[in-house]
Amino acid sequence: MEVNQMQRSFLEYANVLFREGFLDGQFSQLQMLADESNPDFVVEVVSLFFEDSQKLLNDLTTTLDQQNVNFKKIDAHIHQLKGSSSSIGAQRVKNACIAFRNFCDQQNVEGLSFGSSITFAFLFQLEQQIVAAGGAIPILSEFS
Amino acid sequence: MTGNSKNKMSALIVDDDKVVRRVHGKLLTQLGFETNAVENGQEAVDLFTSGECYDFVFMDMEMPIMDGTEATQKLREMGVKSTIVGVTSCNVEAKKQAFMEAGLYACLEKPLTRDAISSLLEQVTKK
Repeated sequence: MEVNQMQRSFLEYANVLFREGFLDGQFSQLQMLADESNPDFVVEVVSLFFEDSQKLLNDLTTTLDQQNVNFKKIDAHIHQLKGSSSSIGAQRVKNACIAFRNFCDQQNVEGLSFGSSITFAFLFQLEQQIVAAGGAIPILSEFS
Repeated sequence: MTGNSKNKMSALIVDDDKVVRRVHGKLLTQLGFETNAVENGQEAVDLFTSGECYDFVFMDMEMPIMDGTEATQKLREMGVKSTIVGVTSCNVEAKKQAFMEAGLYACLEKPLTRDAISSLLEQVTKK
């Protein structure tokens, strides 16, 4: 009974994350990759994603602070973050990257600073939400 | 298919992102592949030059040091017959066209999914 109740509340919580657009169907795909040989696969990959993303965004901020901004480098950082966020289903972070990559083409430093702050905020939000859910969200087949 | 002694197909993942390498690696392992992964096109070329061989290469397009287009071109010039599949989220048609023309068998959307790999395997085994 207890386990079922827990599952139900996790399911409700996960519904929120999907409904609010924090996560997309790729997250369900990720959950299917957890198996006997890697039961903590989701936690492992999500943790790796947060570590890497924070580093990427820090590097991006440092690059933006330079006198001669290297827009090619920034574009590469955003592209990489877009790729890794889409691979785990972090929809908001991915969409933020798609949106603010345009500022790179325009060589708009202010826009890029704003964009990276928003992306940082989405990343932090997602991290908090997943931690609050105990990092264990049941598979929602309707979203896969 | 070259495969190995266990008759599993082998796949090389070429991507500069750690998270993508981990996710794609796990997906391909679950689908029955023996996998290896490298961070850029140069490392992929070096592996083949050293004599290693893979049935499939899943090649990211945009990577530092050597990108996917150049790496694919080099591998084909070396006579590599592996099924090289481009994997990209890029939506610039000209870049994707150039990537295909470098010698890809197909170009798939990133991230890879079970369905996409299953369709790919179906197509490849038909030829």
